[in-house]
Amino acid sequence: MADQASLHVEVVSADRVVWSGESTNVVARTTEGDLGVLPGHSPLLAILVPSACEVVTTGGEREIVAVDGGFISVADGRVSILSEFASLTTGLTVADAQRLVSEAESMLEDSDPDNDDEARKMLARAQAQLKAAEKAA
Amino acid sequence: MPASLRELRQRRSSVQTIKKVTRAMELIAASRIVKAQQQAQAAAPYSRELTRAVSAVASNASIDHPLTTEAEQPRRAAMLLISSDRGLAGAYSSSVIKEGEQLQSKLAGDGLEVAPYLSGRKAKAFYNFRHREVVQSWEGFSDAPTYAQAKEMADALMEAFRADTETEGGVDEIHIVYTRFVSMLTQRPEVIRLLPLEVVESDEPVAAEDLHPLYEFEPDAETVLDHLLPLYVASRIHYCLLQSAASELASRQRAMKSATDNAEQLIERLTREANQARQAEITQEISEIVGGASALAEATQSE
Repeated sequence: MADQASLHVEVVSADRVVWSGESTNVVARTTEGDLGVLPGHSPLLAILVPSACEVVTTGGEREIVAVDGGFISVADGRVSILSEFASLTTGLTVADAQRLVSEAESMLEDSDPDNDDEARKMLARAQAQLKAAEKAA
Repeated sequence: MPASLRELRQRRSSVQTIKKVTRAMELIAASRIVKAQQQAQAAAPYSRELTRAVSAVASNASIDHPLTTEAEQPRRAAMLLISSDRGLAGAYSSSVIKEGEQLQSKLAGDGLEVAPYLSGRKAKAFYNFRHREVVQSWEGFSDAPTYAQAKEMADALMEAFRADTETEGGVDEIHIVYTRFVSMLTQRPEVIRLLPLEVVESDEPVAAEDLHPLYEFEPDAETVLDHLLPLYVASRIHYCLLQSAASELASRQRAMKSATDNAEQLIERLTREANQARQAEITQEISEIVGGASALAEATQSE
């Protein structure tokens, strides 16, 4: 594969493109562990765990994106991060995220243990946002 | 005289009120349709990337995944019928329901039992009226569906698909009947088979460099496909819901536009008739006065 100076990154959630632009380095957490993608990476499809993805833009800025699962695909200098509820952390403080986590935790406690998929998902999403907020801080 | 002046005026004013209503509905549909189209466009990148990834895995790896292999003897098929919640949209609901009926008889002809899943109050009413059994139905969001609702439907369908056909009442195939938004003037009811996967369709032509490179999979192709397919199913359903919503609004706008036009014609006709009746009334009054006056004159002369 030809060497490229940058990666074209698209972070896509179910109903919109959350972020797209050029990047030099993408770090995401897959089920197997942290994964770094540099320009020229070989084609890859990997499953993400709820976490915070880090995208370093060509301008040297860091964009942190909270994802609740989904997957990352790398091919021909294009990186796509797909997650049903991806969100940028701009404007989200650690305190806000912590509040979200505790809300989700209390919801999980209240809900019926056999039928708590929704609450579990909420918690995973909130934790991903907390991680992202901590990284961004 | 065909009708009295008062009656004609009453009728005209009621048609005028109806015209106001249909005109308002037309404008509302026209403004919402733009939003629906924007939503459909915003969802396109996600579904494009997913489709690309799914076809990459499915074509790359020679894996035997339950979600992609066809049952040898399919027994039950799920049919998701996407209709509208409200009427006044021309033939929108009836044509999509008709398409569903056709699919149902086709499946029945192949010896399959059909398990209907309905979206939209109109489809539900159709099935209830005929006392047919419905597995599950959703309503209340036909003109502005969100991803969460699509996800809910996808979860229900996936669960049925994973369940065993013999013992748990699962299904072997999933079909969707929806209305494709071709343009403001044309909306076509369509059937797609969601699972088992068949040829993946895409709105955009696939460029040569998009043809799947040899992917590495992490942890492995099968697990990746396991995770991808539910997302893919949800995204397809979301796509169908958005298309149907745009179609519903477009047909409502068209139906309301012709209703407004008809009302205008009717008002014009009634106005003419009312004017004629008014003229006739005046003429009659004059002739009555004249007649009365001459009778009076005759009476005084004869005295």
